[in-house]
Amino acid sequence: MRLVQRMALSILVVVYLAALLADFIAPAHYSRQFRDTPEASPSVQFLLGTDDLGRDRFSRLLYGSRVSLVLAPAAALLSTLIAGLVGGVAGFVGRWPERLAMRGSDLFLSLPWLFLLLTVRALLPLNTEPEVSVAITFALLGLLGWVTSARVVIAGAGALRASDLVLQARATGCYGLRLITRHVLPNLKPVLLAQFWIAIPVFILSEANLGVLGLGVAEPLPSWGGLLRELEHLTGVFAQPWRLAPVGLLVLVVSCFHIVFSQDEVAA
Amino acid sequence: MNRRVALTLFTLLALLLPVRATAQAQNELRFCLRSDPKTFQPHLVDDDASETIRYLTGGVLIRVNRQTQAFEPELAVSWKVLEGGRKISFRLRPNLVFSDGTPFSSEDVAHTMRVLMDPAAHSPTGDSFRSGEGEVRTQVSGKHALTISFPAPIAGLERLFDQVAIVSARSTQKEMAVLGPFQVAEHKPGVSVLLRRNPQYWKRDSAGWRLPYLDSIRLDIQQNREIEMLRFRRGEIHLVNNLDPELFDRLAAEAPGMARDAGPSMESEQMWFNQAAAAPLPAHKLAWFRSRNFRRAVSEAINRQDLVRVAFRSRAAPATGPVSAANQFWFNRALKPHPYDPQAALRRLATEGFRLDSGVLRDAQGNAVEFSLVTNAGNKVRERMGAMIQQDLAQIGIKLNVVTLDFGSLIERMTRTFDYEACLLGLVNVDLDPNGQMNVWLSSSSNHQWNPNQKTPATPWEAEIDRLMQAQASALDARKRKTHFDRVQQIVWEEAPFIYLVTKHSLSAVSDRVANAAPVVLRPQTYWNAERLQLTALPSGSR
Amino acid sequence: MRKNKLLHRILQQIGMIALTALLGAFLGATLVRLAPGFGVDERELDTRRSESSLQALRESRASQSNIFDFYGRYLGGLLRGDLGISQSLNRPVLELLQQRLPVTFASVSVGLLVGWGLALALAIPAVISRVQTFDLFATVVSGVFLCLPSAVLAMAFLWFGAPGPLAIGLVVFPKVFRYARNLMAQTYTRPHVLAARARGAGGFRILLRHVLPVTAPELLALAGVSVSLAFGAAIPIEVICDSPGIGQLAWQAALARDLNLLVNLTLLVTLVTLVSNSAADVAAMTLEREPA
Repeated sequence: MRLVQRMALSILVVVYLAALLADFIAPAHYSRQFRDTPEASPSVQFLLGTDDLGRDRFSRLLYGSRVSLVLAPAAALLSTLIAGLVGGVAGFVGRWPERLAMRGSDLFLSLPWLFLLLTVRALLPLNTEPEVSVAITFALLGLLGWVTSARVVIAGAGALRASDLVLQARATGCYGLRLITRHVLPNLKPVLLAQFWIAIPVFILSEANLGVLGLGVAEPLPSWGGLLRELEHLTGVFAQPWRLAPVGLLVLVVSCFHIVFSQDEVAA
Repeated sequence: MNRRVALTLFTLLALLLPVRATAQAQNELRFCLRSDPKTFQPHLVDDDASETIRYLTGGVLIRVNRQTQAFEPELAVSWKVLEGGRKISFRLRPNLVFSDGTPFSSEDVAHTMRVLMDPAAHSPTGDSFRSGEGEVRTQVSGKHALTISFPAPIAGLERLFDQVAIVSARSTQKEMAVLGPFQVAEHKPGVSVLLRRNPQYWKRDSAGWRLPYLDSIRLDIQQNREIEMLRFRRGEIHLVNNLDPELFDRLAAEAPGMARDAGPSMESEQMWFNQAAAAPLPAHKLAWFRSRNFRRAVSEAINRQDLVRVAFRSRAAPATGPVSAANQFWFNRALKPHPYDPQAALRRLATEGFRLDSGVLRDAQGNAVEFSLVTNAGNKVRERMGAMIQQDLAQIGIKLNVVTLDFGSLIERMTRTFDYEACLLGLVNVDLDPNGQMNVWLSSSSNHQWNPNQKTPATPWEAEIDRLMQAQASALDARKRKTHFDRVQQIVWEEAPFIYLVTKHSLSAVSDRVANAAPVVLRPQTYWNAERLQLTALPSGSR
Repeated sequence: MRKNKLLHRILQQIGMIALTALLGAFLGATLVRLAPGFGVDERELDTRRSESSLQALRESRASQSNIFDFYGRYLGGLLRGDLGISQSLNRPVLELLQQRLPVTFASVSVGLLVGWGLALALAIPAVISRVQTFDLFATVVSGVFLCLPSAVLAMAFLWFGAPGPLAIGLVVFPKVFRYARNLMAQTYTRPHVLAARARGAGGFRILLRHVLPVTAPELLALAGVSVSLAFGAAIPIEVICDSPGIGQLAWQAALARDLNLLVNLTLLVTLVTLVSNSAADVAAMTLEREPA
């Protein structure tokens, strides 16, 4: 493993450990309001200052990492698996399944799924725990987010259909599901991994955007998405640049994932 | 083909230019509307943007001076309320014409009232005049004299005419022919509305100069508050109404003279518990919410000073009741906000059988006290308030779940399904007179938020409020009306169907180029005297 | 023969597009109809309104409560060129679309050009040069824009006086970059490319003759999908920039549950998605080549 990859892996381990051990590391509970010091600058007591309710930003970033670093990759994995299965199988089989999958994914892309999210939220009891509510939101994002890459997967699988690789595999007696899982899907890894890495920050940002409609994480549970929403007050960001810490951490984590797994993205 | 390519490239390049034109007319006031106006027909106005257009273009018979809160003659030189508010007669200002030159007369007022009171129109302004079954009749007794009769007396009748913009009965321009200081010159949907001075406007200043001083007003459609403030700082717009406390503080730090705090406004934030019989709530929760002591305890457990200081950056005041101190005549000065006293709250709860059990408040049956508080998503200040109330109630062992919903979902729960437990929302009192709140206080009304559409009042105190509101609506004497409404405020303070939290300050931004601006608490805060606003000259080299 | 096959395919596509678009509009209308908040109006909270006015407000939405009935009437109107009236904006939907479509079309076009331009400008050198530092730099740059909310990007553009539509490009670029980079990098490991390099073929020759043709089907599919991505990005950006386009209209319609407007917007978005993806498919078919 290259030095850069080792460094990236170390950073990821540190971030995940910090998130898991937030109960021990965080100077204060994420909901505790130090009402006498709202919007405080970074200090020894508050490493990243406090937010508008006097809550320690560093603590909220740590606890928020739990939500986002677990749920967003899980949702991304879900969407990637669905894209791989649907796109891979349909694209490889060809004929009407391929056409149906393509039209279906186009239709899926165009529908206003926001209303489905609103409907699901309305069906949940109002006293649903914030953790459960946000898990459901991410699960829905995962179930809805596969379409973007499905078309690319379909095209890729279609291209593989008549390739030498597949001809050789067939010649050795490899057919059907075995052929798809052992030869087709691995060759679609670049697209699927691209989908996976893109989906993580996209879902985190989607959770932030959905917060405007009440579909994000409920108070007082923090998430990266909720913390990123603070950036919309741009004047506040210029006055308090430490508000950029969540986006900096997100960029760091996403980039580290890319670096660590960069070879897998091109390996066939 | 080359020309087409060049044209396409030019179009694409044009997109790279800054969106807003930098050249500004020298004597053109600019500020923003938060949405596109839905209508230019004055009687159908029911959104803020359309109301702004109506205010600036419409001529009214009587104007409520936003600064003094007194009535002023406008198109009517005098008026007389007769038969205890069942009739009002006007003597109109002579020799006035609409913006298109059409003469103004009492026929136009009669026509306006007919349009306003047309039942098919469902005009919200017209609804304010509906005092009972029967028609509103207008009797024209001369070119500049008329009497309007209502089926039943209306208390505070004069103030309602502040919202009635007179339209011409004869003009071919219909509602676009106006009597106000400005007229609509251009409407680019989704972009802007341009108002130009009405050359026929009748009013002059004390030196005899014809008003308005401004040549035009440009209203840009701008939803985002941050961008609006950015444009204000750049000098692209001159006024901002209803500033957020955060933005206000930033402006005050940079340009103190431009940040204007007019003091407590007519807007408050409150929460209430769902007491509706149709609510799909467990019986024990309904019992909590219907308990006066429970509601008062919750009120006493909320630290209003902290809400003011932290959520509103001290640009608010603890609220007492439905009327704020800004309403000089109607505010009950004997009342003070519920005190912050968690211990007293716990003692009050103990009288109802509630007890703290390992930090969790339980009722007499052992149910842990937990409920949800819904509010509209996207409102940062309310989300902050929700989080602070959550912490405050946790101190007395109550678990509060703050749930933000998009506005449509929230309204559905409030008005259709009644599937909510507690709600946090704001109230905007546009009307000084408590008659404007009739539909909130009458127990039979659908806007009686905590328990709407009651066939008979569910509680003695709601029955008492019904009686008092009807009494003040039919009383002739203003002081008697005030006595009745003071008692309503007292009952509301005692029973706390609404837990009033804060009264927001009226925060606005006024460019130092704008002369004669005097922001007030009543809407429209900054341009209530638009006809007398002036723009001083730009320094040389400025945009 | 090949041309006849292509023409047949195009005609089939057109028919499928029309049917799918209509189905999409119906499904979109159903989602809106079933969502909470449908049929309510915030004007019901206006305390000035009488009970009869409130009743009239509620009844004005009653005609839309049966979705099949509504859609049948909608299709009838569509055939006559009548797209209905927007209840939230009080204006004919056709007029709204005519005014706003060019704005969004222009900003989405600019956004796609910028997005693809940036993406390829980073992806191609990253794979040709095979310099890991540059790949790392490109990864971090695309990661930054991937992690920034589009609303923040739009506001930053306005803050610095740049046109908001360019922000669409910065939303599209990191997604396109990642796919394009991975696809081209994978192709570079293929035997035929190795053979070409062994024969002394230069970087750009290999890219143009051996890599791009192989990745063309996926890249074209990506191009089709990026149109949807750009339209999706246009919504928050137009709202922030107050650009009077379809995106801003869609947001307002969603908040107001304006069924007339939403069904037409869904139809439009479905058509655009189908047309762009079908065009990509047809282009891929035309350019189809076996790997060397």
